[in-house]
Amino acid sequence: MGALLQEVCARAEALQVPLSVHLDLTYRCNERCVHCYLDHDDHGELTREEVFRVLRELACAGTLILTLSGGEPLLRPDFFAILQYARALTFSVKIKSNGLLIGPSQASLLREYGVQQVQISIYSHKAEVHDGITLVRGSLERSLDAIRRLRSYGLSVTMATPLMSQNFGDYPGVRALAAELGVPVTIDPTITPKIDGDTEVLRHRISGEQVQSVFRDSALVGDVQKFSECAPVDQDDLMSYPCSAGHTFCYISPYGDVYPCVQFPLPCGNVRQQTIKSIWWDSPEMERVRSIRIGDLHTCSSCANAGGCSRCPGLAYMEGDMYGPSSADCEKSFARTGVLPNNWEHRKSRSLIQIDLGVRATA
Amino acid sequence: MFVARSSSVAARLLEEEMVIMCPRTSKLFVLNPVGTAIWNALDGDKPLDEIVKDRICTEFDVELETALAHANEFVKQLSEHDIVMTAEHPLPAKDPDTQTGKVV
Repeated sequence: MGALLQEVCARAEALQVPLSVHLDLTYRCNERCVHCYLDHDDHGELTREEVFRVLRELACAGTLILTLSGGEPLLRPDFFAILQYARALTFSVKIKSNGLLIGPSQASLLREYGVQQVQISIYSHKAEVHDGITLVRGSLERSLDAIRRLRSYGLSVTMATPLMSQNFGDYPGVRALAAELGVPVTIDPTITPKIDGDTEVLRHRISGEQVQSVFRDSALVGDVQKFSECAPVDQDDLMSYPCSAGHTFCYISPYGDVYPCVQFPLPCGNVRQQTIKSIWWDSPEMERVRSIRIGDLHTCSSCANAGGCSRCPGLAYMEGDMYGPSSADCEKSFARTGVLPNNWEHRKSRSLIQIDLGVRATA
Repeated sequence: MFVARSSSVAARLLEEEMVIMCPRTSKLFVLNPVGTAIWNALDGDKPLDEIVKDRICTEFDVELETALAHANEFVKQLSEHDIVMTAEHPLPAKDPDTQTGKVV
């Protein structure tokens, strides 16, 4: 993040402005990715007029960066009307799409309306792997066509590659493909539970050993030794907040539900019943999230990995305690530093007690 | 000189300062309150020297000559980043409610 953007974010945080908002326009999708955290039915999406009202309210509240996503957002017939309206309100608009519906006319409109960036998920450079994840034959080729098309129209494109058991070995190929296409790629070993808490999709996560091999790859992390260090935590760190969720960022579902983040399904209000401002400033849930500092995290604040941990408060919440650890991030921290997280010490203690009790019961 | 805000930029008022993002380069700009006042007045219809005389000099208590020199330099810098367009004639008007980045 650039210094000026950091400064703007810090000011937005001090003023409690939702500088960046992620709005899912639909959960419907034309792919069926095996690891997806959403259900793809329409349970009553916001209408175009409702979306317009939300956009006006967000502009009023100070939102600058607007991510339009889904599902596949281009499945909405009014997608370009919404985009045009958002741009007229001078949002910086980013779009997350699979690209399947981006033909020449769509790419031309995305350019005309001044989209900041389009992110497209690419799981592998091999069609059989990518299409095996999306469950749509020919999807890799169509997504790559979209990337080439968007690039030819002068748009900024990024590739996102979540790593899972199916595509783990392919990330060097994906990086080579991204270089060939002239686009940056983000490789992320995080697979999250479904938004309703169902953890079935977590079976696609890569193993701890595989995460470790990713974190030992200097092509990805740069200086491995530096990346693996346990950064010390000082008093300022303990007084800082875990992430931007609820501070300068929030998420709005296609049904108008407002959450601190995409991965933080704590309902804070609904735009059909309340204004964005009242939810953002007055929701007790949002206020609770906003009040949490690193020092308040009972297990994590004293963990040796705390300094460099990517702990996600939303994943911790989904595990049952927003003040607790997120086990996926404990796994990642251990893979990164080799130092046992506090969370695992507790788990070991508990299992020892269980064994102890078992012995006594048998006797 | 007539100056109009580019419709391609993203902008939002944060307290008293306009935050502007250029989509072509992803560069971020933060205008101070004087720059923000000029930005808000750049409708393409009123010459820059009139904007400076009527808005800036009265609002910020500054000499016209100094203000004009600064405003011209300011517009030149914004123009180099395609954030504004300049012309010797009035530029097509945009919807004033939705193009400034102000609260709507």
